[in-house]
Amino acid sequence: MAVKKSEAALDPLFNNNPIALQVLGICSALAVTTKMETSVVMCAAVIAVLTLSNLTISLLRHQIPNSIRIIVQLTVIASLVIVTDQILKAYVFEISKQLSVFVGLIITNCIIMGRAEAFAMQNPPSLAILDGIGNGIGYSAILMVTAFLRELFGSGKLYGYSVLPTVSEGGWYLPNGLMLLSPAAFFIIGGLIWALRVYKPAQVEMDG
Amino acid sequence: MANRQATGYTLLFATAICIVCGILVSSFAVSLEDLQDENIALDKQKRVLEAVGLLQPGDAIDEAQVAERFEPIEPVLIDLASGEAVDGDTATFDQQRRARNPDTSTEAPDNLARVKRIPDRALLYEMRGDGGELETIVLPIEGLGLWGTLYGFLALDADTTTVHGITYYQHKETPGLGGEVDNPTWKRKWPGRKAFDDEGDVRLAVIKGFAGSAEEDPYEVDGLAGATITSNGVTNMLEFWLGENGFEPYLNRIRAEAN
Repeated sequence: MAVKKSEAALDPLFNNNPIALQVLGICSALAVTTKMETSVVMCAAVIAVLTLSNLTISLLRHQIPNSIRIIVQLTVIASLVIVTDQILKAYVFEISKQLSVFVGLIITNCIIMGRAEAFAMQNPPSLAILDGIGNGIGYSAILMVTAFLRELFGSGKLYGYSVLPTVSEGGWYLPNGLMLLSPAAFFIIGGLIWALRVYKPAQVEMDG
Repeated sequence: MANRQATGYTLLFATAICIVCGILVSSFAVSLEDLQDENIALDKQKRVLEAVGLLQPGDAIDEAQVAERFEPIEPVLIDLASGEAVDGDTATFDQQRRARNPDTSTEAPDNLARVKRIPDRALLYEMRGDGGELETIVLPIEGLGLWGTLYGFLALDADTTTVHGITYYQHKETPGLGGEVDNPTWKRKWPGRKAFDDEGDVRLAVIKGFAGSAEEDPYEVDGLAGATITSNGVTNMLEFWLGENGFEPYLNRIRAEAN
């Protein structure tokens, strides 16, 4: 299986996006996207964990005994996530408090195990790193668009700064409360998947 | 790599991975512990400021600003049973540890807040005005919610009855449901409510559904949707900590001093 470097990094953005095509990692995409600030930190954490776990698994791919490969992958991922969580708690405490359990839940984010098992186990480290970064950015792109729309229409702000002055602060914009609730993320991500499949009809799943 | 499927190799590999990962995780945890403890202490101070209204929820302020705004607030160590102030180092006081130690705590009678042991001492905060008169009291409160114990602060005006604010600094409630105890909109419903009724009994409770304004419904606060157990937990811990096993002796002393 020959994969080109450019493909490994770029495919996950549009052609094989982990959220939009594979529909993985939705749980955290719903939970952390009410504000761009929390989303940015979550995206950085996921990119870091995904890249490092892909690298580690790829380096060990000839040594990992087949019978325990899943649990080995999980051990590596869990360790990386705990370390990430500790770093967030030490350096960006307020945000890590808002992200609460969702940093820990990166362990169960299907994208990370999915890439370890499907890609890093078969490919050399250089490709695995690119694949990790690519998938991380593909995940982040969807998260950031969702957070942008939710924060803008849900609280009239972008990255904490007031853009649409809300009625409660003497402006004219009446915030859409639905945008701050989880279903709004479903609508937005659904809309993004739809838009992507209109643009690339090959991604539409066939019936039967 | 013919021996890759051998049981011995598998065991060896598993052990090696565990050791490496264990060392990695624990070395990060240990080396970052001091920074995290500082953050936790600072966060606790911010919640005190929030309870007395010197900090709006969501506002970001740095360490120096926290220290500056803390100026009128004085930490006070009290003997819980008598309510009298006692000497002691307020900076290193750890109420949770004190409550765990059998030498410095007593077993709590059965209570709805599920507080198991009562520490002999408690650290509270008194905010005084320019003339030295007592303005606000900040009491530490804790009690069981759905997944674990909630730790927070309840701020009362100098009349020891009117609520000034409530904040939580540590809990394990579900984000979006019980975790809404951190929601600024919900916290804004507290100021002005009355903790005690005219007979002096603790009456403030989180109810199911909506309560009116503080004037119409002084003893009730809106429940958290989808989080009945957390809401009841908040009610129970108010009842416990404002009651005879909690801060009642202290509050009685404040009332006596005011008269």
